[in-house]
Amino acid sequence: MTNSIHDVDVLLVEDNPDDAGLVIRELKKINLGNSLYHLSDGAEALDFIFGRGEFSERKVEDKPKVILLDLKMPKVDGLEVLRTIRDDDRTKLIPVVVMTSSREEQDIIRSYSLGVNAYVVKPVGFDNFSKAVAELGMFWILVNQSPR
Amino acid sequence: MLLKDTPIRHKLMRAILLTSSAVLLITCSFYFAYEFFTFRNTSIRQLSILGEIIATNSTAAMAFDSREDANEILSALKAEPHIVAAILYDKEGNPFSNYPLSAKTTTVLPKSDFEERYSFEESYLVGFQPVIQGNKRLGTLYLKSDMGAMYERIRLYGIMAVIVTIISFLVAYFLSKNLQKSISKPILALAEISQAIAKRNDYSVRATKLGEDEIGLLTDAFNQMLEQIHTQNQEIQLFNKNLELKIKERTYELEIANKELEAFSYSVSHDLRAPLRSIDGYSRILIEDYGDKIDDEGKRTLQIIVKNALKMGYLIDDLLAFSRLGKQNVTKILLDMNAIAQRVTEEMVAQNYKTSEVTIEPLLSTKGDSSMLRQVMTNLISNALKYSTKKEKPVITIGSYHENDYDIFYVKDNGAGFDMKYYDKLFGVFQRLHSPSEFEGTGVGLALVHRIITKHGGKVWAEGKVNEGATFYFSLPVF
Repeated sequence: MTNSIHDVDVLLVEDNPDDAGLVIRELKKINLGNSLYHLSDGAEALDFIFGRGEFSERKVEDKPKVILLDLKMPKVDGLEVLRTIRDDDRTKLIPVVVMTSSREEQDIIRSYSLGVNAYVVKPVGFDNFSKAVAELGMFWILVNQSPR
Repeated sequence: MLLKDTPIRHKLMRAILLTSSAVLLITCSFYFAYEFFTFRNTSIRQLSILGEIIATNSTAAMAFDSREDANEILSALKAEPHIVAAILYDKEGNPFSNYPLSAKTTTVLPKSDFEERYSFEESYLVGFQPVIQGNKRLGTLYLKSDMGAMYERIRLYGIMAVIVTIISFLVAYFLSKNLQKSISKPILALAEISQAIAKRNDYSVRATKLGEDEIGLLTDAFNQMLEQIHTQNQEIQLFNKNLELKIKERTYELEIANKELEAFSYSVSHDLRAPLRSIDGYSRILIEDYGDKIDDEGKRTLQIIVKNALKMGYLIDDLLAFSRLGKQNVTKILLDMNAIAQRVTEEMVAQNYKTSEVTIEPLLSTKGDSSMLRQVMTNLISNALKYSTKKEKPVITIGSYHENDYDIFYVKDNGAGFDMKYYDKLFGVFQRLHSPSEFEGTGVGLALVHRIITKHGGKVWAEGKVNEGATFYFSLPVF
């Protein structure tokens, strides 16, 4: 990922590079490719958001407009990332959209209990998938107004 | 109080007292009678001896006609206080001498009293004794004896008999009171124990054996019975405990198996989808970005890859829906089956089956889980629509009726039908009676219907004939 770690609009946290590739391709199509940053596990995501470790240059106040979060990831999983974000006053208002393959009721309930803003099941079909990603990008970056 | 209802102690005491009283009474009576007669006889004998002695002594006085001598002889009777009167008569029966002297009499002795005779007259014993010298009759002696002594003695005997009877009765009472215990005590103990067992259901207690008699045998048999019941109870309890343990074990195993299955379906849902998405997505990218460099056959091949990836996606979705159903609870509410059937039909007919004619007869309202029964109706109606597409005029009828506490619904079509030979496979998971080239499908729909209806306590069945259509029924219990 060559994009800058500053002025990130969309933070994509996805461990599957193939899925990430599809998401990035679709976001590029609607010109959101430049303000996007991709991370492949939950630990990296937390470092990024809180400006720690590798991302110590970043400030926690420099919040992304939306976080697209996968649930099943190595080290720290998506629900843990979500809980940490929501537990901190500085980050608790960042819109988080869970994007996962899991349709399991328990995952949906736990995500909403932790205060997720949207829960999207990745469709298997490419058409539906690209449509979903494009709509998500449009809505959260261009339509939705979130607190600064 | 009836004798059969009195306590055994009282029965025993009553028997002993009655027996001893009867014996005592009979003994006393016989003794009393014996005493009475013995005394009478003795009195008579004594008086007759006295009479003979005095008669013999007075022969001289009579022979010589000496009144003085006769008076003297009679006065000797003073020594016998119970002799109240004595008279000597001469041979004609005229009084000759009398005792006591003061009681003079002039009455002539009647001839009938000349014979020797001793008898009781009123409360006196009187005797007539002839005075004879050789074979010459000299006169008659009359003796009168007071029987007061005898009656006194008899009264004394009577009092003694009553006292003895009372004392004997008391002794018998106290003896029987103590002696009956040896019989009644073990019986009472046995009765008490059996009552305690009946009340507390405690079969571990034992009756104490007090002897080797019949009651002892009874106690032994009773204890043996208790022992058997106790052992059997323990066996049953042990058996129950084992059963409970086994059920717990099985439940635990089942829970683990269920959890494993959940974990499995979770990873299926998550992990199997991701590669499918990539197969589909990147094939599409290939077509989109490099379409101009691939010929038609290459594009067709890519389309087949995409189609199959999608199909596998549906298979996974259906399979997950089926396995998820196992965990879901049935929440029964009253459902308007007409509304459900109408909405499901409208959606599907509008999408793909515009030529089909669907008739919905007025349906019964029934109790069931809203989303589950919607799924059942969707699957059955979509099957009916799908399998009748090849008919010129597809006709589908949805109806219901009530039978034996069940609401029965059916969906009937005039489509491809099925061979009853393969009925067994109809409701199995991934079982299909048609090839994908004939009719699309994953083979989960009817299995799902079967599972939902079974969870509702109902039944699913079907009738069909090849190329003439099929009718699918399901029943739901009314309660």
